[in-house]
Amino acid sequence: MAKTHISLTINGAPVEALVESRTLLIHFLREQLNLTGAHIGCDTGHCGACTVDMDEMSVKSCMTFAVQANGASITTIEGIANPDGTLSALQEGFRMMHGLQCGYCTPGMILRAHRLLLENPDPSEEEIRYGIAGNLCRCTGYVNIVKAIQYAAAKINGTSYSEAAE
Amino acid sequence: MIPGSFEYHRPESVGEAVALLAKLGEEARPLAGGHSLIPLMKTRLASPEHLIDLAAIAGLKGIRVAGDEIVIAAMTTQFELINSDLLAKHIPLIRETALQIADPQIRYKGTLGGNVANGDPGNDMPAVMQCLGATYEVADPKGQHDITARDFYWGAYETALEAGGLLTAVRIKVPAAGHGYAYEKLKRKIGDYATAAAAVVLTIEGGQCTSASIGLTNVSETPLWAEAAARILTGSRLDKGTIDQAVEAAEAITNPASDMRGPADYRTKMAGVMLRRAIERAKTRATI
Repeated sequence: MAKTHISLTINGAPVEALVESRTLLIHFLREQLNLTGAHIGCDTGHCGACTVDMDEMSVKSCMTFAVQANGASITTIEGIANPDGTLSALQEGFRMMHGLQCGYCTPGMILRAHRLLLENPDPSEEEIRYGIAGNLCRCTGYVNIVKAIQYAAAKINGTSYSEAAE
Repeated sequence: MIPGSFEYHRPESVGEAVALLAKLGEEARPLAGGHSLIPLMKTRLASPEHLIDLAAIAGLKGIRVAGDEIVIAAMTTQFELINSDLLAKHIPLIRETALQIADPQIRYKGTLGGNVANGDPGNDMPAVMQCLGATYEVADPKGQHDITARDFYWGAYETALEAGGLLTAVRIKVPAAGHGYAYEKLKRKIGDYATAAAAVVLTIEGGQCTSASIGLTNVSETPLWAEAAARILTGSRLDKGTIDQAVEAAEAITNPASDMRGPADYRTKMAGVMLRRAIERAKTRATI
């Protein structure tokens, strides 16, 4: 089967590639581009570990073909840190609030929370929980993930957040 | 899991897409949001040889008013339905339903056209469209024609959409200002398909129900328009005795499968419970 030429922007850099039409975006990112931050969890569209940001949407990259991303602008966890290399507010929040244990869901959680906070900079706890309903974590029980996102929102908004991790 | 090989097409107009569907025949499938089709392809339950991606067709995007109707183009996503001020104002039932579909990632990609055209009895929008009396616009090589939502569903994944036909838009007559509405959905967890769900639109004048329409989700091979149940409500004062009768009439037309969402009898009863709640909530929301 002939390959398709795609050109897109990933983490701010232009990317040109040849892909088989059946190549899923997650496989393209991980295997062709060596961007292994986005994870394959359930491989069925339920767990959200493969979430990336694509054209201002949180997208499950295991449910998207790479050819569908032709012309798109994508951000993965590799592109989330501040330009100077320091941790972004969300990354810092997950660290400070102990928002991860095994870490497998974390890249997807952070990418989803990234879009959530851009759309709703000051979400309530309920809005955070509804907003991350497409991301499963089997370790934490979500309490510290919610706190991590609240921490990041407060930092971005310049307000204070003092809740300790549990 | 890796899907089978296929050829990818990205037409830029409805005409081009319809011509491709006609030319490639049964081996071609339109690709909308892909969140029903791609999982099937990954498990090889579907292996189309051609995918016709509708994403680049500008004419399949957008929500607009046309006379006394609202026209929602097929590739409008659940996310766009939720964020539409026009729909929030005129047909808030659609927003209420879209918010209960799947999860945020899927709502960004999942489309109204895909949801209603796929014929999956678990999808939420078909019963809502039957409740609203929606009309689907279909393009095929012979031109454009309409099929009503109430005539569209024949069985699980069997619809009136003929091979080569493409559902391009959904037209809905704007319900009366001040109408009451509700979509009540029982699910095992957030993001799940319905164990049972009910959509209700009604109008009330001087305490009397002057019109009612009811749709039921995932309690049969198809969505159900509960015409007899709605007729029982119409003309009543929505008292308990009348609602009991309507619920009984709605339960009588269900034919759910026993599956991991529960035994058939339970799901029938839950359809009744969802309908009762939807009627109650619609009643409190009706402002005339």
